[in-house]
Amino acid sequence: MTDDTEPQQFPLPAILTYPSSKTPELITQGAEGRLYKTTYLLPSVPCALKYRPPKPWRHPVLDARLTRHRILSEARVLVKCRREGVAVPAVYAVDEAAGWLALEWVAGAPVRVGVNEWLRRRRDSERAAGRGGDAVVTGDAPGDADLVALMRRIAGALGRMHKVGIVHGDLTTSNMMLRPWGEGRERPANGHAGGQGDGLLEGEIVLIDFGLAGQSTSDEDRAVDLYVLERAFASTHPRAEALFSTVLESAYREAFKQAPIVLKKLEEVRMRGRKRSMLG
Amino acid sequence: MKEPEKAPPAWLETIRLEHVPETHSVHVAVFKDIENAEFLHQQLLGRNADFEYAFIDASSVVSRLQVLSAIFKSITVQLNGAMKTPNIHSEIVSSLSPTKNISEAYRRYGITPTSKNIIVVRVLISPSTLTAEDVEKHLVDNVQGVSRPLDDKTLSGFTDWSKIRKYYKLNGVGWVDALKDVGVKSKEMEMLVLGGMSLRGL
Repeated sequence: MTDDTEPQQFPLPAILTYPSSKTPELITQGAEGRLYKTTYLLPSVPCALKYRPPKPWRHPVLDARLTRHRILSEARVLVKCRREGVAVPAVYAVDEAAGWLALEWVAGAPVRVGVNEWLRRRRDSERAAGRGGDAVVTGDAPGDADLVALMRRIAGALGRMHKVGIVHGDLTTSNMMLRPWGEGRERPANGHAGGQGDGLLEGEIVLIDFGLAGQSTSDEDRAVDLYVLERAFASTHPRAEALFSTVLESAYREAFKQAPIVLKKLEEVRMRGRKRSMLG
Repeated sequence: MKEPEKAPPAWLETIRLEHVPETHSVHVAVFKDIENAEFLHQQLLGRNADFEYAFIDASSVVSRLQVLSAIFKSITVQLNGAMKTPNIHSEIVSSLSPTKNISEAYRRYGITPTSKNIIVVRVLISPSTLTAEDVEKHLVDNVQGVSRPLDDKTLSGFTDWSKIRKYYKLNGVGWVDALKDVGVKSKEMEMLVLGGMSLRGL
């Protein structure tokens, strides 16, 4: 999440104009909607309120229908994931007519932030050792264990999500949070890798932003999900690209029985890009 | 906090919910081992205006947050002018349900002649001729039961888990059952209940 403290320049949804203990804070402004950090019911319960404002350029009836549809679809997908044990934010409340969705606030930082910081520190230490600092991360160096463990947890989370019939539609390292391990929660066996121990890559993977997600059991859709993440990873963290693909594949296989078919599809998708060919 | 031994016969708690206009004040009470459930149920059936409360059967409730969530939902629905039931109090009872069936919601979440423990909610919308004191006095005079606080510890003692699992369709959540930490487990169940309520058959 970006730390945007600019003043409120957009009208708040009506629900956020009523009194609360803290002023709602605008976190992100996307093409479709805005995300506020606010509270739910009690000052002690932080919440993420996703608001899709009316689009003045659309016909009002169509606009209302689209907004309702998208809010409900996202809420349904999240509730389904949660029920099936895939780590996602809980749904607190939905007002599809007013265009908002109140979700559990996920503590921690996006994976992107942790990985970038980790890569930066690695480069700095390489340079300090008199090397170039742009070495490709192979996973073989002793310090790479944390990153490999993180990638394994990501692949595991995706495997579990695909297994329950959900595709995310917009997988990036910004749409995954590293939530500090909670008390009383069990960590996966590979949660700790004993790498540098700086804790940058520690935490439970929580998938967020299901605005483009859907229910699908198509291996093609799943492969595209993986491909989109692979591309996003390559452009955000180029030095770890190759490692990412290998680790992703092996850990995804362990988490999801149907993985071999999806990974075969992934080969096809890599050859042609995310869009399906209209020929033949 | 009042001392339990000095508490009045009815303990009416006034709650300020986040994102609720000043016009709406929320008052809640919990009664254990009630002896006149049938009488109270009759007042609702007879639409006795003096008994405009949400009487919730506590066996269908897991936590304080669940109750507050139903109250919040009803207030937003009332503000939107989109109530599906006669008043904000019947709306609270039906907001507890994950389905659209209103009479089923009353049966499952509302008071029945055999209810033992109940949660009472009153939302006063200003201008109202009533005050919290009036409401408390009316409850003291009319509910025969032992007053308890609306907290998770008290509520969890009243929860009928077989009902919760059936009503919120939580029989297939083996991964939650496998959680070892009791606190984590009940929090996870609460989140699943809130998720069910938020969709309400949508």
